[in-house]
Amino acid sequence: MTKTYDVNEIRKDFPILGRRVRGRPLVYLDNAATTQKPRQVIDALVHYYEHYNANIHRGLHTLAEEATAAYEASRVKTGRFINAEHPDEEIIFTRNTTESINLVANAWGRKSLKPGDEIVFSAMEHHSNLIPWQLIALATGAKLKFIEIDGTGHLVWDDVLAKISERTKIVAISQMSNVLGTINDVKRIAEVAHRFGAVVLVDGAQSVPHMPVDVQDLGCDFLAFSSHKMLGPTGVGVLYGKRDALNAMDPFLGGGEMIKRVTFEESTYADLPHKFEAGTPNIADVIAFGAAIDYLEALGMEAVREHEISLTQYAIDRLSQVEGVTVYGPTDAVEKGGAVTFNYGDLHPHDLSQVLDQHGIAIRAGHHCAQPLMRWLGVVATARASFYLYNREDEVDALIDGIRASDRIFGHATARAGAG
Amino acid sequence: MPQQELELDELYRELILDHYRHPRHHEKLAGADVVAEGYNPVCGDEIEMQLKFDGDTLTGIGLVGRGCSISQASGSMMSDLVLGKDVGEIRRLSDEFKGMMTDAGAPVPEDLGDLEALQGVAKFAVRVKCATLAWHTLADGIEQHEKGGNVARREEA
Repeated sequence: MTKTYDVNEIRKDFPILGRRVRGRPLVYLDNAATTQKPRQVIDALVHYYEHYNANIHRGLHTLAEEATAAYEASRVKTGRFINAEHPDEEIIFTRNTTESINLVANAWGRKSLKPGDEIVFSAMEHHSNLIPWQLIALATGAKLKFIEIDGTGHLVWDDVLAKISERTKIVAISQMSNVLGTINDVKRIAEVAHRFGAVVLVDGAQSVPHMPVDVQDLGCDFLAFSSHKMLGPTGVGVLYGKRDALNAMDPFLGGGEMIKRVTFEESTYADLPHKFEAGTPNIADVIAFGAAIDYLEALGMEAVREHEISLTQYAIDRLSQVEGVTVYGPTDAVEKGGAVTFNYGDLHPHDLSQVLDQHGIAIRAGHHCAQPLMRWLGVVATARASFYLYNREDEVDALIDGIRASDRIFGHATARAGAG
Repeated sequence: MPQQELELDELYRELILDHYRHPRHHEKLAGADVVAEGYNPVCGDEIEMQLKFDGDTLTGIGLVGRGCSISQASGSMMSDLVLGKDVGEIRRLSDEFKGMMTDAGAPVPEDLGDLEALQGVAKFAVRVKCATLAWHTLADGIEQHEKGGNVARREEA
């Protein structure tokens, strides 16, 4: 580990960053969708398959023991990474953040929700923290309430206080918006929710990869996030749950690995965390996810966060200087993560993204799985550039040049907006 | 000119940009028999189309919506082409156009009018959905027409 944060040294760990796209060096600015993987993670995957591939928790041979130890070591690393009190029991591996939230919505929701109960979320939720609650509300008769956001892309605090009440049974809230980048004060929200006896689920898909997150400090009951947005492989999601909350829940999926005794009529379930991990899990990717956490801890999450604040502020400032660009959400990088959402005049983000791709620049264009938020912004779609620990200022410069290059085909944004 | 710019020009031909900037039949048609709505969940693009029929012949078309240059231009070009044609002919043209979109190497049909300019889209798989949005919406509208139209029923509801 180096004392100074050297982005050029970091980039050498990521083979894909040496790639060229359409004749230009790849500028990868779609990190809120998924991040690239360092050599250390790719090597961990290959090493597992070449040296100790085996099913876990049942074999009595050397390979099975080694695989089980590595898998469980990843669990403990994950738990420590977010400062779980009981890392070996409170971390459940799923497929992705979406599945983690669905697990809680079903395993907790079916047992705990009844007609008239209220589920509170916010207007900036990703569909993955919205649709599972809509489904469980339909099944149980619970009602949905959402917290409004203001013109600067922050939650309206008065509305937090207005929506959370004695009828609230769960507050499901993202810590960092995948569109606006807004960081929500989930610790304060959890305090309010707990006053009414509600449980709190934090969608950490965007926050955990980009900033230090401490579940004991936040006081949340559940935290969901994904490996693939934090240098790890796809196919691994994490659900953190307080031990008591998890113990009180029924299983989500039934099958092998999650049972103690089984008869044809009934079964007793395994202890935590295995009660929630039915069937053979994604062993290889969980083990490689452990290598991703090692990588992040070697850099230090404080350092990662500092790098992204600096880069995001540079991007917001440069974008704001381009005539015709509208930046959505907070404009002070300290208040937000490394996702910058914008539009260029009336140019459709698909067309902008096409021009940028031609310059080797990858951004996201569309509704970002947040259609209610898009309607609130009054747009059909936006462009989003999102950064990670390996991005540099010269990549922001390339983005600005790429945006300007669209003028050659579509005419200047402000001229178009004026004519339209 | 660099290769990147050549490829972009191949996609964004002047004719496409002209339809995008000046869309034809861009209006809510009064007295329509059918209203059809199209939606592309990938990007959020939406289209609303009004259709008037005389028997099997399409005698009026109006479309409004929000979308990228490819989806807007395709709708504009399509409305020019299908107006005044009967349902069977429209279905044949629709199949031709979808064929052109799904096979980048196929010879370009000669009776698609301005739509021929969209042949470059076939090389960009994610944009094919943009180009075919208006066509799918029209197909839905024709189906509604064959069931007796839907405007009267909507107004009752």
